[in-house]
Amino acid sequence: MKDSFDPNADRKAWMGLMAKAPEGRVTALLDAALTRPAFTWLRAPEVGSVMVRGHTGGTGAPFNLGEMTVTRCALTLDTGEVGHAYIQGRRKGDAEAAALVDALMQTERAADLRAKVLDPLAREQAQRRTDRAEKAAATKVDFFTMVRGED
Amino acid sequence: MYVAVKGGERAIQNAHAWLAEERRGDTSVAELSVAQIREQLSLAVNRVMAEGSLYDPDLAALAIKQARGDLIEAIFLIRAYRTTLPRFGASAPVDTGEMACDRRISATFKDLPGGQVLGPTFDYTHRLLDFKLAAEGEIAEAPRREADQGPVPHVTEFLNKEGLIEEAPRDDTTPPDLTREPLEMPADRALRLQALTRADEGFTLSMAYSTQRGYARNHAFVGELRIGTVPVEMEIPELGFDIEIGEITLTECETVNQFKGSKTEPPQFTRGYGLVFGQTERKAISMALVDRALRWEELGEDNVGAPAQDAEFVLYHADNIQATGFLEHIKLPHYVDFQSELELVRKLRREVEATQHREAAE
Repeated sequence: MKDSFDPNADRKAWMGLMAKAPEGRVTALLDAALTRPAFTWLRAPEVGSVMVRGHTGGTGAPFNLGEMTVTRCALTLDTGEVGHAYIQGRRKGDAEAAALVDALMQTERAADLRAKVLDPLAREQAQRRTDRAEKAAATKVDFFTMVRGED
Repeated sequence: MYVAVKGGERAIQNAHAWLAEERRGDTSVAELSVAQIREQLSLAVNRVMAEGSLYDPDLAALAIKQARGDLIEAIFLIRAYRTTLPRFGASAPVDTGEMACDRRISATFKDLPGGQVLGPTFDYTHRLLDFKLAAEGEIAEAPRREADQGPVPHVTEFLNKEGLIEEAPRDDTTPPDLTREPLEMPADRALRLQALTRADEGFTLSMAYSTQRGYARNHAFVGELRIGTVPVEMEIPELGFDIEIGEITLTECETVNQFKGSKTEPPQFTRGYGLVFGQTERKAISMALVDRALRWEELGEDNVGAPAQDAEFVLYHADNIQATGFLEHIKLPHYVDFQSELELVRKLRREVEATQHREAAE
């Protein structure tokens, strides 16, 4: 799957980025980037759950692990583009902002939004990940073998 | 028989008002915020998410505050809230091989690729009370080292060239869901794992410990224990493709268990599996041991009659909300029930006394 060309790869990437962003971040970046355009709700923001599944033994048959909270919404811009959001947690404001970004990324504002919203989100996410990875790496055990008596 | 009795309303209202006051405690001491609980009591938050079976750190922290730190009461609140949420769907099974690991150790293979990463662990601490924590103070930043952020393969995958470790082949069966269908026996492994991952930590720990002490001994080694974050992907019907809808912290434990072989299986290492929300290491290890003990039938092992082999016993008593609901209901008014019991005992007593009287007279 990951090796083949995916026409939706770009959109998947930005939707995933916004789903994982910390609370309030997408809203703040969007409002700093532009004045929000007019839109109509296709589905007003609603909070629900998604059942998260795991693999038995890490790779085997799926099982139900438990649910997570998710907020979703869908809207359409007056120019016709449809934006969707499915984001982690109970965050109606962020869901609205994420759906707006999703819709606007299909317009001529895309480059501007990428620079002002998506790129900063990606940088922040990479930084958070690096911070943890580097602290983890510092706790890696460097084994050395003591000289044994019998040799 | 249950008969409604009126008259307790005022007492109940006043009890709840006092509860709120006691929850707050001494008002000259600063109030805890939900964010403080989420950030500083994160392992309690993780336990409430795991056993409440709902991943939402803010809600779990709120539940802990509301429950005055009674974690089972907090789990109860989360379970109740969960039932009010519409279900949008189910995720694709998370890929723990892609985990960004905070911790990843193996007790069986010293030189595993990727190394032994200890992470923020209590292991190797001296378990001496640290009175510095009683005073406020800055903490030093944790040291860092350059990190390779590629995926960390599972230990069993690359150590199984000889085929000595049982494999877990891919399979796309839709798993049963005990939040939708009542848990019934026999329970397949997917259903058992769902019940175990939300099971009470204490119960699961004790069951696992019983297997180590010899009740259904299956000689577990921790092949791998990892804690970290994985993305959660779900197919969005209105889009027609999968997107990441969030990221969660998980603890995964794979045990490898010595197995002499049976009528159906050759000698090999079999596996037990634990996967739990949050940083919940004790629970994940316990889950893996109990999972392995419950697999006796499919592996053709003997049932030695140990509690941890009895799926019905384990699964029907592992849920702390079911258990506490039934246990605690006996403190609620049973006046009418008890009246009839009282009448019965009085009658029996009269009969016994009458018999003794007659025998004495004869």
